Amino acid sequence: MSNIPDNLQYRESHEWIDATQDPAPVGITDYAQNALGDVVFVELPKVGRQVQAGEQVAVIESVKAASDIYAPATGEIVAVNDALAGNPALINTDPYAEGWMFKIKTSSTSTLLDAAAYAKVIA
Amino acid sequence: MVPFAGWEMPVQYTSIMDEHKAVRAAVGVFDISHMGQFIVSGAGAEAFLNRALTNDVSKLAIAQGQYTLLLNEAGGVIDDLIVYRTTDKEFYLVVNASKIDEDLAQLQSLLTDADDVQLANVSSMTGGIAVQGPKSRAVFTAMFGPEAVFPEHNTIFIAATPEGILWLCGTGYTGEEGFELFTPDSQIEHWFRKAGEAARAEGGNVCGLGARDTLRLEMGYPLNGNDLSQLRSPLQAGLGFFVQLEKPEFVGRETLVRQKAEGLPDKLSAFRMIDAAPPPRPHYPVVLQGEQAGEVCSGTQSPSLGIGIGMAYLPVEASKPGTAIEIEIRGRRYPAEVVKKPFYRKS
Repeated sequence: MSNIPDNLQYRESHEWIDATQDPAPVGITDYAQNALGDVVFVELPKVGRQVQAGEQVAVIESVKAASDIYAPATGEIVAVNDALAGNPALINTDPYAEGWMFKIKTSSTSTLLDAAAYAKVIA
Repeated sequence: MVPFAGWEMPVQYTSIMDEHKAVRAAVGVFDISHMGQFIVSGAGAEAFLNRALTNDVSKLAIAQGQYTLLLNEAGGVIDDLIVYRTTDKEFYLVVNASKIDEDLAQLQSLLTDADDVQLANVSSMTGGIAVQGPKSRAVFTAMFGPEAVFPEHNTIFIAATPEGILWLCGTGYTGEEGFELFTPDSQIEHWFRKAGEAARAEGGNVCGLGARDTLRLEMGYPLNGNDLSQLRSPLQAGLGFFVQLEKPEFVGRETLVRQKAEGLPDKLSAFRMIDAAPPPRPHYPVVLQGEQAGEVCSGTQSPSLGIGIGMAYLPVEASKPGTAIEIEIRGRRYPAEVVKKPFYRKS
C-alpha cells in the first residue's frame, strides 16, 4: 500500500504540495516514486521562476524513463532541494520529507485532491 | 507491465537497480518465454544455414553453439541469433521475439525444392528462462540435482525429464556465467518458480526486462531494433568476429566484402557521460564538433558504474576511444566521450 499523508494536497499527475507551509514544498508521491523506480537524476527549475499551476517545471529521470513534473500551484519558485543533485535517490527513500523538490511562494492553488480523493486515483 | 513483441512483460519485479546488482553479485532469473526457437534439420541443414547466416556452422561440433547473424541481400541485419548443433543433421536456433516472422520469411525464401531441409518454428509452444550470475551453478544444482551437468559456455545439453524435454544452453545476455533453459510452455511456470526459489536462497532474485537491458548494455551487447537494423551491416555494428567472409557465399556477403575493401561509412561506438547528467536514451541527438552526427541507439544509466552509458553510430574517425562528443537532452548538450567496450569489467 502506498503512503498518502492526510496533511498534503495532490495532483492526479502524482505531485504533492504542503500548502500549510509558506513557501509550500512540492514533491512526488510514494506511489509515483515506486512506479518510476530508481531515480538517478533530477532537473529542477531555477529559483525566481514564475510558474502557473499545471505548468511543466521539472523532470525526474529513473533508470526506466524520464517523467515530467508539473507545478501544483501558481507562484514563484523560491527554493530547490540541492541535496537531490548528489543523492537523487532521496525521492525513493523519503518522498514526503528529504525528497522534496522545490518550494513555491503561492498566490493561488489550483483545484487539488485531498488524500482520500488521491487514493481513489491510484486505486 | 509493458507490451513487448506481443507479450506483456514486467520491466521490474522489485527495482531495476536491485535486480541488476543481484545478477552481478549473486544470481538473477529472467522469463525469456518471448524468445523464438526454430529447429532446422535434414541432410542439407548445414549447407543451408551456412548460406543463410554469417558465421560458419560447419565449425560446430555436436552440442556446440555460436552467435551469428541473418542478413538481407544488402548486408543489413535482419536478426542476431544463436545456433546450436544438436545432431549432425539438426540445429536449434534461438531468435529475437520481435523478429520471428521476418526470420522465418527470410529463411523460407532461401529454401529451394532441391534442399533436403525441414524448418520448424516451435516458438509458440516453447517457454524459457535465463539464470545469470556468479551463483548460477548453485541454482542449477538446486534445480536439477548434484548429478546434472552444467552446460558450459556456448554448449547445449538436451535432457528428457518426466515433465518434457529441456534444452539447456550455456548462454546469456548479461556478461555473467549462466544458462538458458527452453522447454514446452506448459512446464515453464514450474521451472521459473523453482529457479526463483533457488536464486533467492543464494541472495539473488527474479529480474525483469529493465535489468536485462542495463546488464546487456554494460557489456556493450547490441539489441536488435536499437543497435542493429536492416540499414547497417554487422561490420558497422562491430560484429565482424561473427562474420566468416572466407565462406564462398552467404546472403549479404558482397556488401560486406565491399565495405571491408572500401572502409565503413560509420561504426557503432560506445560512449559514457562525463559528469552527472540525465541518462542518455534512444534517439537523443549525438553532437560531434558542434554538429549533429547521429543519434543514441541504446542508452541508460549504468547501475554498476553510476553514470550514463550508450551506443551510437559515429563516423569511423570519431569512433576512437577518447573522442569528445555531446549528447543533447531536452535542448541542452551534456559532455560525453567515446570509450572501449565493454563498459563494465568484472573486478
